[in-house]
Amino acid sequence: MLSLKVNGKMYSVDVEPETPLLWVIRDTIGLTGTKYGCGIALCGSCTVHVNGKAVRSCVQPVSQAAGKDVTTIEGLSPNAQHPVQVAWRGGDVPECGYCQPGQIMAAAALLAKNPNPTDVDIIREITNLCRCGTYTRIRQAIHRAAQLAVKG
Amino acid sequence: MAVTRGIDRREFIVTTLTVGGGFALALAFPPNQVEAAADTAKIPDKPWESLVGKGETEINPWLVVAPDDTVTIRVAQSEMGQGTFTSWSKMICEELECDWSKVRAEYASVNRHLRENKVYGRMATNASGAVRISRQYLQQAGASARERLMAAAAEMWAVPRSELTVKDGIITHIPTGRKLRYGQVAEKAAAIKLPEEPKIKTPDQFTLMNKPTQFLETPLRVDGSATYGIDVRLPGMLYAAAKASPVFLGKVKMYDDAGVKNRPGVHSVVEFSGPDIEAGVAVVADSYWHAKTALDLLPIEWDAGAHGDDTSEKFLKMARAALNEPGAQVVVKKGDPDAAIKDAAKVVEAVYELPYLDHAFMEPLNCTAHVTADRVDVWVGTQRPEEALLDAAKLTGIPKENVYIHNCFIGGGFGRRNYNDDVRQAVMIAKQLDRPVKVVWSREETMRHGYYRPMRVARIQAGLGSDGMPVAWINRVVGIDQNPPADPAQTIRGLHQIPYAIPNQQFDYHLRQTHVPTGVWTSVGRSQNEFYLESFMDELAHAAGKDPYHYRRALIDGNPDFPRAKAWVKVLDTAAEKSGWGKKLRDGTGMGIAIGDGRRPGVKEVTICTVVATVSVSRKGEVRVERFDVAMDTGSFLVNPLAAERQVEMQMVMGLAAVLRQEITVEKGRVVQSNFHDYPLLRATEMPEIRVHFVRATDEPIVGIGEEALGWVAPSVCNAIFAITGKRIRSLPLKNHNLSAGAA
Repeated sequence: MLSLKVNGKMYSVDVEPETPLLWVIRDTIGLTGTKYGCGIALCGSCTVHVNGKAVRSCVQPVSQAAGKDVTTIEGLSPNAQHPVQVAWRGGDVPECGYCQPGQIMAAAALLAKNPNPTDVDIIREITNLCRCGTYTRIRQAIHRAAQLAVKG
Repeated sequence: MAVTRGIDRREFIVTTLTVGGGFALALAFPPNQVEAAADTAKIPDKPWESLVGKGETEINPWLVVAPDDTVTIRVAQSEMGQGTFTSWSKMICEELECDWSKVRAEYASVNRHLRENKVYGRMATNASGAVRISRQYLQQAGASARERLMAAAAEMWAVPRSELTVKDGIITHIPTGRKLRYGQVAEKAAAIKLPEEPKIKTPDQFTLMNKPTQFLETPLRVDGSATYGIDVRLPGMLYAAAKASPVFLGKVKMYDDAGVKNRPGVHSVVEFSGPDIEAGVAVVADSYWHAKTALDLLPIEWDAGAHGDDTSEKFLKMARAALNEPGAQVVVKKGDPDAAIKDAAKVVEAVYELPYLDHAFMEPLNCTAHVTADRVDVWVGTQRPEEALLDAAKLTGIPKENVYIHNCFIGGGFGRRNYNDDVRQAVMIAKQLDRPVKVVWSREETMRHGYYRPMRVARIQAGLGSDGMPVAWINRVVGIDQNPPADPAQTIRGLHQIPYAIPNQQFDYHLRQTHVPTGVWTSVGRSQNEFYLESFMDELAHAAGKDPYHYRRALIDGNPDFPRAKAWVKVLDTAAEKSGWGKKLRDGTGMGIAIGDGRRPGVKEVTICTVVATVSVSRKGEVRVERFDVAMDTGSFLVNPLAAERQVEMQMVMGLAAVLRQEITVEKGRVVQSNFHDYPLLRATEMPEIRVHFVRATDEPIVGIGEEALGWVAPSVCNAIFAITGKRIRSLPLKNHNLSAGAA
C-alpha cells in the first residue's frame, strides 16, 4: 500500500512502486482527465503537477510522487476557474481536445514560475504536442491567462 | 488587440499571429461576432448518455424541446475536433428559430437509427460530407419542427398561422401581442401533422450560419471531463493490452502464458482472430499497466506467412517497374498526347514518390466491449458507428436490435477511425470474458497497425510548345494498396479533370497489391496527386522561364473547357495578393504556390483553395515554413467560419509534419516506426503563421472543408524550396534530402 495525495485528497493505492503515476491516476484512482498519448514522455498529454512542477506522469514511478502534492486537471481549480482554463474557454482553444489537459497543466506550471512569459518562453517551455495544431491559440491563451492572473 | 482585418459580408480574412502582440484575448473574429463560449458545456461529458429528461418532448428524431425551452439536438456525426456538435446543431437551429443559448447536443442513437429504418440518414463521418450530404435534411427537420410548434400555438389561440411570428423560441401573435414559448407548445406540437413540408431557407437567408460560433463542448475539454473512448470506466471492468501479428496477415503459432498468468492483477490471456481482424494475443488484467507489462513479457511465436521478408524498398521498386508495364487503366484520354510530345519544342519528365503515412492522432486506439448472452455494448470513438454495430452483431451472432454502440469524444480520426478493427478485436476479446473489458492499444501498437496512406509513385511527361505552354501531358500513377480502393478512381482523384488548358492528355494508373493495410488519410488521394500535379506545374513554369503564379493563371484563364476558370483565378489572385507574391524577400527565403479544388469523381461540388508557402532554408539545409497564406472559397455559405478556419489550420499542420519528417517504412514485413520519436508531429517551435483568407468565389455550396486544403501543403512548400535552392523535391519527407548549401 502506498499513500498518495491527489488534488488534496489522500488515497491508499495497492500498486507496485514502479507503476507509472499516469496509470495509478487513471485506472486506480479513476481520474481520466490526464491522458495517455505516447508512454515515453514525448507528447505531454499526461502532464500533471507534482509539488507544483509539471511532470510527465507516464514515465514517473508512483513511488516518487508518494508524500508529495499531485494535482491533475480535475484539481487545478475549483469549478475550472483557473486563469488558464478561463483563457482556454474564452479563446476556444481545443479542437479534438485530447492533448489539452496536458497543455493546460503545462501552461499553469509555466505561469506559476514565470507570470509574464514571452512568446519565446512559451514555445520553449511548453513542448507538449498537439496534432490539431492549436499551438497559436495556446500561446495567445497563455498571454491572456497571464493578464487574468494579474487582474485577480 | 483583435487580430481581425477586412471583415465584410463577401470576404473575411482570418489571421493568427505567431510573433509579437497577442497580449489580449486573441479571437480570430471580433468578440461581438462570436457567440461567447459558455462556462457550462452544452454536451454531456459522457456523450453517449442522453441529456433528455422526463417531461421533455421529442418533436422529431432530431430534436427535443424541454418545458424550459431547452432544445436538445441529436447529432449523427462523430466529434473528433472538427466542431460537429456545434455545426450540426446550427444547421437545424437555423430553421428552428430557437434561442441558441438554450441549445445543447448529444449523439444520436445508432441502435435507433438501424431499428427505425436509418432515421438519421448518414451516420458516417468522413469525406467532408457532414454539410454537403446532410444539410438539407437537417434544415428540413428544423423547419418542420418550427412549423409544428407554430401550428400548435395557432391552435391554442385559435388564430391563423399567418398571424404568428417567432424569434428565439418565442412565438408572438402579431395582432394581439400575445406570446407563447416553445416549451409551452412542444407537447401539443408533437401530435401535429403538417399538411405539407415547409420550404427551407436558401443560404442568402441564413442568420445563424455564416457566423462564427464557439464550440459547445469546449468547457468539457478544459476541465478534463470530456470522456474519450479511452476514458470509459464501467463497474467490474477489466483492462486488456493487445498485440496483433507484427507482420500483417500473420498468425499466432503459439504462446506460453505460464510466466505471466500469475503476475499481479492478471486475469487471463486470450487469443483473437477472425474476419478483418489481425490475429493476436491479449493479456486481460485489473489495470492497463498490469495487462501491458505482462503482455510485454509474454513469449509469442508468430507465423509470418508469405510476407515476413517484405520491405517498403521492395514495394517501391515494384512500383517503379510498374511505371513501364502495360495494362494501365486509362481514366482520361484527350487528343493524341504521344504524337504531341514527339512534336513538342521541349519535353519535361519527372518521377515522384511518396511513402506510407500513419494518422498519428493523439488518442491511441481503444475500445471497450461487453458481450452477454443476449446483448452487446461497445464504447468507442468511431467515424463509422453503423458499421461498428453491424460488425459487433455479426461477430457475436446477437441480433443488431440488441447491439449498442456508445460513441465517445474522439482524440483525432483523420480517416483511421473509419475501419473499426479496434471494435472487432475488442468484441472477440470480450466474447471470452463475462465482464466488460477495455482494450487499449499502446502507441506502438496503434502506429504499427494502421491503415496507412498508400505508397505512390507517379511519372509525368509533358511537351511544351514554342511559347512554353504545355501541349501534352501524360501521367501514370502506381498505387500500392493492400486492397484496391472500393473506387479505384481514388488512385487518380484530382487528376481526373485538371483545370489547365492542355489539348492532349492521358491519365492512367496501375494498382499493385501488398500485405500492408492501406486506407484513407485526410484528403484521400489528393495529398499525393496534388503533390505531383502542382509540383510538376511548377517544373513546367520554370522550364518555360515563367513565373509559376502567372503561368498557372494563364493556363486556367485561357481554358475554354473549364467552367470554373473565373472562380479559380479569383482564389489564385487572392492568395497571390495577400501573400505578397513577387515581392523581394531576404536571402534564403522564397515562396511557393499551389492551387486545386478538391474535386472528386462523381461529386459536383468543389472547394477551390490556393496555398502560398513562405519558406526559408538555412545554409545548413534546415527548412522552416514561416507562413502559409491559404485562400479558400466559401461558396454561398460556411456553417461555422470559426470551425472552418481551424480545419484549415489543422490541415496545414498535418500536411507540414508529413512533408518535413513523416514516413512509415516496412522491414521484415512489419512497420519500423513506433512512436513520436521516429514519427514526429509538428512542434510548437515549428508552427508557421497561418493566414486563412476566405473569399466568395462561387455562389454554390462548397464540397466541404475537412480535407480541402491539405493537398497543397506539400507542393507549395517544395515549390518554395526550389525557388530558394534550385533543388526540385520529387520525394518526401524532406528529412531524406540534403538541402545544405553545396550539397549535390
